[in-house]
Amino acid sequence: MSAPVPNRPLPPVKRRNAELVMTLMAIGLTLFAMIEAGLTRNGEMPPSLFLYGVLFGGLAILAHVFIRFFAPWSDPLMLPIATLLNGLGLAMLWRLFEATGETENGSAMSQLILTAISMALFAAIIFFLKEPRTLQRYPYLIAIGAVFLLLLPLIPGIGMTVNGARQWVNAGFTTLQPSEFAKIALVIFLSGYMVSKRDVLSLASKQVKIGRFKILDLPRMRDMAPMAVMWGFCIIVLVILMNDLGTSLLLFGTFLAMIYVATHRSSWIVIGLAAFFGACALLYPFVSHFRVRMVTWLDAFNPEVYCTDEFLTDPNAFCTTSGTSQQLVKGLFALAQGGMTGAGLGGGQPGYVPEVQNDFIFTAFGEELGLTGLMVMLLALALLVERGMRIALAAKELFIKMFASGISFLIAFQTFVVIGGVTRVIPMTGATIPFVAKGGSALLSSWIMLALLMRMSNNARKPAPQSIQDEGATQVISR
Amino acid sequence: MNKPIRRLAFFAMVLFGVLLVNVTYIQVFQGEALREHPFNGRQYANQLTQPRGPILVGSEEVAFSEPLGEKEDDKYQRKYPAGGLYAHLIGTFPVRGEGIETRQNALLEGSDERLVVRNFIDSITGKEHQGASVELTLSPKAQEAAQAGFEELGKNGAAVALDPETGAVLAAYSNPTFDPNEVSSVTDAEAANKAWTDYEGDENKPLLNRALNERYPPGSTFKLVTAAAALEDGATPESTMDAPETLNLGAPLPNAWGGPCNGGQPDTLAHSIEQSCNTSFANWAIELGADKMTEQAEKFGFNGEDMAIPLPVTGSLYPREEDRNVLGRSGIGQANVESTPLQMAMVAAGIANDGDVMKPYLVDSVKDSDLSEIEGHTPETLSTAVSAKTAEDLTQMMILVTEGAEASGPGGAIPGMQVAGKTGTAETDSGPTHNWFVSFAPADDPQVAVAVVVEHGGGSGGTLAAPIAKRIMEAVIDQ
Repeated sequence: MSAPVPNRPLPPVKRRNAELVMTLMAIGLTLFAMIEAGLTRNGEMPPSLFLYGVLFGGLAILAHVFIRFFAPWSDPLMLPIATLLNGLGLAMLWRLFEATGETENGSAMSQLILTAISMALFAAIIFFLKEPRTLQRYPYLIAIGAVFLLLLPLIPGIGMTVNGARQWVNAGFTTLQPSEFAKIALVIFLSGYMVSKRDVLSLASKQVKIGRFKILDLPRMRDMAPMAVMWGFCIIVLVILMNDLGTSLLLFGTFLAMIYVATHRSSWIVIGLAAFFGACALLYPFVSHFRVRMVTWLDAFNPEVYCTDEFLTDPNAFCTTSGTSQQLVKGLFALAQGGMTGAGLGGGQPGYVPEVQNDFIFTAFGEELGLTGLMVMLLALALLVERGMRIALAAKELFIKMFASGISFLIAFQTFVVIGGVTRVIPMTGATIPFVAKGGSALLSSWIMLALLMRMSNNARKPAPQSIQDEGATQVISR
Repeated sequence: MNKPIRRLAFFAMVLFGVLLVNVTYIQVFQGEALREHPFNGRQYANQLTQPRGPILVGSEEVAFSEPLGEKEDDKYQRKYPAGGLYAHLIGTFPVRGEGIETRQNALLEGSDERLVVRNFIDSITGKEHQGASVELTLSPKAQEAAQAGFEELGKNGAAVALDPETGAVLAAYSNPTFDPNEVSSVTDAEAANKAWTDYEGDENKPLLNRALNERYPPGSTFKLVTAAAALEDGATPESTMDAPETLNLGAPLPNAWGGPCNGGQPDTLAHSIEQSCNTSFANWAIELGADKMTEQAEKFGFNGEDMAIPLPVTGSLYPREEDRNVLGRSGIGQANVESTPLQMAMVAAGIANDGDVMKPYLVDSVKDSDLSEIEGHTPETLSTAVSAKTAEDLTQMMILVTEGAEASGPGGAIPGMQVAGKTGTAETDSGPTHNWFVSFAPADDPQVAVAVVVEHGGGSGGTLAAPIAKRIMEAVIDQ
């Protein structure tokens, strides 16, 4: 075992100019991607290129300038990564909709407007939330808020079911997915709750022994309450009532990660996983959409699951509609088509994948940018996550440690759930790639998470105030 | 709290690592299999808007792409001017079933790696995308002769003609046939689908490539193999064997005409071939034993590995028989012996080629659009079935079949030329006899080896199959 690493503060450097250069590069890549798509598809420069350049590029630069003033010590890598991911998503949506003239399923313009709103919200959070630790004052209030948000789609009248999952709310002018915001609220609540209950969760235990060997440190039954509540909520509400497997998986996974960080006890993970998968196994025979997803995942290439045209017209086969695995399998075909370097933006046919603009936008990137492009995207997301974890390591307050690692893991796990589903590592559950996916709620929540991380990194990296030197100067005390 | 955060950060990295590895696996290692997966509709959709290379027989294009319009997105229609003549060999495009269109798809459409560089340069210089042309070994006259012969006879069956020296397939016709134009319309895909389904449901199996993929009991034509085994074992054409009126093989085995073969005396090998004596050959097989019989059959290609010429060829069977009665019947090509028409043509060709069986092949050469040769063919010896001496003895005996005093196949004789042949009339469980004729000509300098089978002809090989074989041989020699 190596000696414990001392809790070093991050180097007090600003590197704001580096951030500017990288942000400019991300903007340039976005515009270049649009130009390539326009030239390949239609043989002309995108007519709205200037508008996108000014709005998207201008706003990203504004965000940078804003950070210079209000969070000058924050991590310089985060804004460029977010700009790149958001910009690539924007360019791909433009290529899928505007460049092909099929704007009935969505448009890059609305995504651009949502990006603007998200960046504004990002700035507002950085400006108003000077000390993220103030959030731990009202854990239960925030918990109630999170639960309210999660249950909102169940209210008749405003709740909507899309593609089988009841996770949408009709807000009149637009539709929202409140679970995207609830998950952030939940991380705030868990951070606060676990910091205060940390000792009892991690210390009180009874040991399970076989002979002389310690197998597991089991928590006391009464300390299991938060686990039980979380478990019940994820299974009963999300899986059974709302058919929202993605959110359920995401929230429970994040919960387990956070309780592990708080207690450093692996028994919590063992218990949590056993309870979650046990419930899944028990529910399997009764919840049909559950079975459908498992079969789709395990047996995607079975003709009767895929339902080829041949089977659709064959009266002896079971197929009456096109099969459940068509999207998954066609997504894999799109990835295979892309190969190492891809067809180039605009050069492929991502439209072969049904609903490609949503979760499956990853396959469109795979087809047109190839393995190379996907690696860039995945590494950018990985870098963002690891920078977030670095904040958690450097922070001094326990709440911030919990909060930063929780948000970072949320981003990582969300990426894994959606991309793993699309590439058949795990069953498809439905989630959104942070920053990239189409949709207001997803984009807003991504930028909110980014704002929180950057604010925390600013506070963690800011050098401590110098002690008063006897040089006659007046000490300026600022908050 | 930093240790669990570090572990969590590591776990997040593992999640990204899994995604990266999986995406690499899908796009690189699994890529080709997915791109060519039968469910993958893009491979065909892409192809429809690109011209394919032609397929040639002689200098005639028997399959070519015709543009349906001037625009870039307009499709191409594949045309088959010869109709059903080459249907089983060429196949259809959009690809259905087997055929050169399927087997040489990458070359014809131009996606083969050997064409990539030229196509890439062409795309830069603005030239049209082009595939390679595939030239077949077929002789149009021989193929037409086979078709005419079967259509006049009005029976199902197949004929195969080989160049004995090289193994080049000169004709491979299966009756009934189908019109590839009916099933390959790109403008009316529904009608094309229906036509295909109708063909599939036809009880005469017009889609079946009988020449390569249907096994029949070879009947008396297999006596050539038995005679070859005897000669290789030291016998001479004058060696004699008991040839009674019937032989007790569990049930009595008679001769075709109901009497003994040599007035009740032991019959010579040569005379037994000439009049196709059953009882003597059953005795030969029993005397030679299962080992030698199996060995000789395998040397001609029975029980061989799966072959692709490049169309897949169904293997022919000579199972090792321990039982005396079954072994005896196997010596006259009954019991469990099953042969494709191609296999029997290979037997004739092997004898014609001084004992060497050449590997059959259908593709003469593949040329790029700039006429440079991409793929040629060098004749390959599949096996040495018999010695040159044995081959010469067999040839002399086979000449008796067409011109001897008691010739069983005079219908195969060509005026002014010696033809070596062997008739066969095979008992079937399912109806009237199958009628065979295998031959080669000219006997002293063989240019063509033929096998013809008339399915359930109910007559004799000499009367039904031999005239068709004669027409094919004449067509090859006259040209």
